[in-house]
Amino acid sequence: MAVLSEEQIMLRNMGVEWARDRASVTVLRQLYDGESVGQNPDIYAEMASMGWTGILIPESHGGSDFGALSLGLLLEQLGRTLLPSALWSSALVAATALKAGTEAQQARWLPGIADGSVIAALATPHGGFPVPNTPSITASIESDGWRLSGRVGPVPDGMLAHLFILSAETEKGTTLFLLPADSPGLSRRALAQIDARAPAILELDGVAIEAQGLLAGPENAAQILEHVLDCARVGLAAEMLGSATQAFETTLEYLKVRVQFDRLIGSFQALQHRAACMFQELELLRSAVESALAAIDAQDADLPAKASAAKALAGEILNAISNEMVQMHGGIGMTHEHDAGLYLKRARVADQLLGNAAYHRERWGRLRGF
Amino acid sequence: MAHAKTVEQREQIWSDDPTAFRAQAAEWIAANFPPQLKGCNPLIFQNDADAAAADADFELWRERVAAAGLGMPHWPRRYGGAGLTAEQADIIRLELAAAGAFNPMRSNGTMMLGPTLMEYGTEEQKLQHLPFIASHERRWCQGFSEPGAGSDLASLKTRAEDLGDHFLVNGQKIWTSGGDQADWCFCLVRTDNSRKQGGISFLLIDMKSPGVEARPIVLISGSTHFSEVFLSDVKVPKANLVGEVNQGWSIAKRLLTFERGGLTEGRGEAPSLAPLAREYVGADAEGRIADPDLRGRLIRNALRSEAYNLTLKRHAADAAAQQAGPIPISAIKNLGSGVAQERSELLIELLGWRGLGWEGEGYAFAELEATRAWLHSKAFSIYGGSYEVQNNITSKRVLGLPDQG
Repeated sequence: MAVLSEEQIMLRNMGVEWARDRASVTVLRQLYDGESVGQNPDIYAEMASMGWTGILIPESHGGSDFGALSLGLLLEQLGRTLLPSALWSSALVAATALKAGTEAQQARWLPGIADGSVIAALATPHGGFPVPNTPSITASIESDGWRLSGRVGPVPDGMLAHLFILSAETEKGTTLFLLPADSPGLSRRALAQIDARAPAILELDGVAIEAQGLLAGPENAAQILEHVLDCARVGLAAEMLGSATQAFETTLEYLKVRVQFDRLIGSFQALQHRAACMFQELELLRSAVESALAAIDAQDADLPAKASAAKALAGEILNAISNEMVQMHGGIGMTHEHDAGLYLKRARVADQLLGNAAYHRERWGRLRGF
Repeated sequence: MAHAKTVEQREQIWSDDPTAFRAQAAEWIAANFPPQLKGCNPLIFQNDADAAAADADFELWRERVAAAGLGMPHWPRRYGGAGLTAEQADIIRLELAAAGAFNPMRSNGTMMLGPTLMEYGTEEQKLQHLPFIASHERRWCQGFSEPGAGSDLASLKTRAEDLGDHFLVNGQKIWTSGGDQADWCFCLVRTDNSRKQGGISFLLIDMKSPGVEARPIVLISGSTHFSEVFLSDVKVPKANLVGEVNQGWSIAKRLLTFERGGLTEGRGEAPSLAPLAREYVGADAEGRIADPDLRGRLIRNALRSEAYNLTLKRHAADAAAQQAGPIPISAIKNLGSGVAQERSELLIELLGWRGLGWEGEGYAFAELEATRAWLHSKAFSIYGGSYEVQNNITSKRVLGLPDQG
C-alpha cells in the first residue's frame, strides 16, 4: 500500500466498509437480472452524497480536488465487488477531459458531475485502442457551425450518459467536442456485453454542435485525449487490482474449506504454490498501479509508460487469476450462482477496454526504447 | 581487546537537516570515492578477498568508508557505525548510487550476522565482532546447509557436545559461500537430538581453529565461491554461543529474513537490454529489434523488472511508514529471482553463439561474463531458501493455508 495521508486512510476505510455493506456483488446481479440498466441509480446517488463524484473536481466547481490516488483507492474497493457504476466514466475520465475546457465549459458541466446529477462518458473509437475498420465520427464546418456524422462505440456507460466527450476526425486532425446526449440527430443503442454493463454504440447523423461545444481543436486535442486515456487506464487498472485481489481472496477462502480425499484441498502443495504465485503477481500489480496513480497527481511526464505498465499487468494478472478462480472452484465455479464467472467476464471486458495487455506491453516497450 | 583500527578517526559532523545532510553526503562521496572504481561491479570485491586486497583503489575506499563509519551508517559508533538515523542511512545509500559508487562493506557480515548479533548478541560479542564487520576486516561465512540438510535445513546433524568450558564440534557443512576465504563462520549445530528445530544452537567459530578445513567446490559457472567445510573435533569456547542453547533455530529464521532481504537488493536495476539486442540481433526499418518474438519477451521481462523495483521501493516505504504490513520477503525473493533469471536467459539468447563461450579468444570479455552470469543465475532460486521453499512459506505463513497432511 502506498503511504497515505490520514484523510486518504479514512477515505479508503470508508470505501472498504461501504463496498462491503452497500455495494456487494448483489448490485451487479441486479443488472444481470434486468432490474436496472448500467448501474443502480440509488447507489450512484449515495456515492455522490459522499462526495466521491467530485474527488477530481476543483473546489470552485463543487468538488474536493482530492487527487487521483484518492479516487483510485475507491475504484479499487469498488472493483472488489465488481460494482457497476459510472464513477470511473464520469468522475475520472470525463472530469479529467473537462479540465482542459474553458472556464465557461467547466462551470457548466463540472458542478453537475460533482453532485452526481450529470453523468458524462468518453466516446472515442475503441477507447483509443486502434483496431482495423473501427468506425469513427467525422466533423465538418458548415455555414452554421460544426456538423458531426458517423458511428462510434462501444462507449463505456454510454447508455447512462447525459453528456459525451466525443472525439471526431476533422480535415485538420482529431478534435474533441462536448455533446449532450439529447442532441437532435444523436441516437444510441445498447450492446449486451458479458459483464452486464451498459455500453452503447452512438450514431450521429448531421448533429449540430452548440457554441460552447468545442472542447479542444486539432492543435492540442490528440494530446489531451491521450492524457485523458492514460488517466482512464490507470483508474481502470486500480479497479482491476481490486477485482483481482477479491477473486484471489475468495478462491483462497475456498481452498480452506473445501474437502476432497478427506483433506482440505488447500493442503495440496500443487494448489498452495499456485496460490503463492497469484499472491506475488498481485504485489507486482499493486506497485504498478499505485505508482501510476501517484504519477497522475505529480503530473509526471512518465505517466504514459506508467499507465501502460499498470494496464498491461492488470489485464494479464486479472485474466490469469479469474481463470484460476474458476478452475480452483471446480464445478461450482462454472455456475451462474457462484461469483467466479462474474469475475471472469468482467476481467475480459476490462482487459480489452482502452487497450489490452499486449497493446500496452508494446506501447510500454516503445516508450522504453525497445 | 583488539579494536578495528579505524574507530578513533571520525571527525565529520553530520547535519540533522535532511537537505543539508544530503549535500554533505554527496560532498563526502565526491571527495572520497576513487573515480577509478566508478561503475565497477562491487560483487567482485565482496566475493573475492584476494581481488579486494590486490586492488589499491578498493582498499583506499574501504578504509575511508570505515573511518567515517559509513559502511553501516545507522549502527552506533562503538560498533563501527556512524550513529546516523535510518533515514540518513537511506540518503547515503541513494547518494552512493547517484555517484556510481557502492558500499564496500556489503558482505555476509553486514547483511546477515551483523543485524542478528545486534538483536541476539551479548554486549561482549557485539564489541568483539561488529566493528570488524563494519570495517570489512573480518570475512564471515555461513555454516548452515549440510549434505543432508538443504531445503530441509532443520534436519542438520553437525553435533556440538557440551564439554564444560567449550563445545566440541563435529560434522560437515556445504554451500558455504566464501568458506575458503572466511576468517569466521556463524554456524548452526545440533545440541539436542530429541527435538528437530528445538535442538539447534547458533555458534560463532573461528576458521583458524584446529580441526576446521574448507575445500572449494567447482560450480557449473566455473566459480569456486562455495566450499565444503569439515569440522573435526573443533573446540569452540562457550562465550561464542549466540543466544541460549537450543535457541538457534529462532535466531537462524530471523537471520534468514535478513538474508532474503539482502539477496533481493537491486535485482532488476540492471540496464536495458534493448541496445545490446539491436547490436546482436539487428534492427528493422523502424529501428525495432529485428526478432519480434525476442523483442516481445524482452519487453515483458523489462516491464516486470520495473514493477519489481517499484515493489522493493513500496516495501521500504511501508516499513518506514508502518502503515501496512510489509510485503512478505518470501514473495519478494521469488519475484526478484524470477525477473533476474529471465533476464540472464534473454541476454545469452540474444548473444547467439557468442553467448556460449567458456574462455579464451573469439569472445569479448562482456560476452564471457554474461555466460558465466547466466550459469550463476540458476542459483538465485536455490540459495537463501529455494523457490519452492519460499512458496511453502508464502502459502503457510502469509496465506494461512493448511499443512500438507
